[in-house]
Amino acid sequence: MSVFRYRLNRVRLRLIIWETAMNKKRPIHLALHLIKLPLSGLVSILHRVSGLLLFLALPLLLFALQYSLRSIETYTQLLTALHYPCSKLLLLVLLWAFLHHFCAGLRYLAIDLDYGVELATARVTAKWVFVVSGVATFILGVWLW
Amino acid sequence: MVDRVVTGAHYGLRDWLAQRVTAVLMVTYILFMVGYLLLHPHLGYDQWIALFSSQVMRTFSLLFLLAVFYHAWIGVRDVVMDYISSAGMRLTIYVVVILALLFYVIWGVQILWGM
Repeated sequence: MSVFRYRLNRVRLRLIIWETAMNKKRPIHLALHLIKLPLSGLVSILHRVSGLLLFLALPLLLFALQYSLRSIETYTQLLTALHYPCSKLLLLVLLWAFLHHFCAGLRYLAIDLDYGVELATARVTAKWVFVVSGVATFILGVWLW
Repeated sequence: MVDRVVTGAHYGLRDWLAQRVTAVLMVTYILFMVGYLLLHPHLGYDQWIALFSSQVMRTFSLLFLLAVFYHAWIGVRDVVMDYISSAGMRLTIYVVVILALLFYVIWGVQILWGM
């Protein structure tokens, strides 16, 4: 994106927020496509995306738990189903979602306890969230395949 | 005069706190589970079912599921609140999400105690 368009978008975004604030229309709805995020902002939005993914996957996860416990037959069926490449791929996506949500969540809990609030530290911990969840997803992915 | 919407924020310190409390609860359960799986690398069906046949494990698993569902409700609600601007659409999504989560609670109990 050109610098000019970026600046223009920033101005439009501020205008939208200002207009909303002036009209006292709440809650404020954000214009997602106009926002350019810093690293900790990326952690934050992916925290939402991964959380939503995990929510949508809840019925699948409950089915898996049910099949793993109900009987030896359903347990074997579940293991067979998990061997398909597409279910492995889905599992990997959900693993990433879980790990990112977990790491980012721990970071927020720390911030709530006043650890890592300063900008420099917050940037470092944001980086760590990506590193730890990325590496863990990779290792588990290799182990899965 | 602030225009209050039925699906608006409820200025909730309680929800903020509940989100953290349920998070800590889930972390505890997950760490226990990961530890158990690391200690039993060749876990078979018999061991798995034995773990879940104890009442303590079932109770804590249900507590974990309830924490997940409550946490999910607060999270989804906050996300919907931020990005869906039509109050009618928000209300519809809230109702669907609440019904789904209530259904999951009953399903969870059936899974844990009906095995």
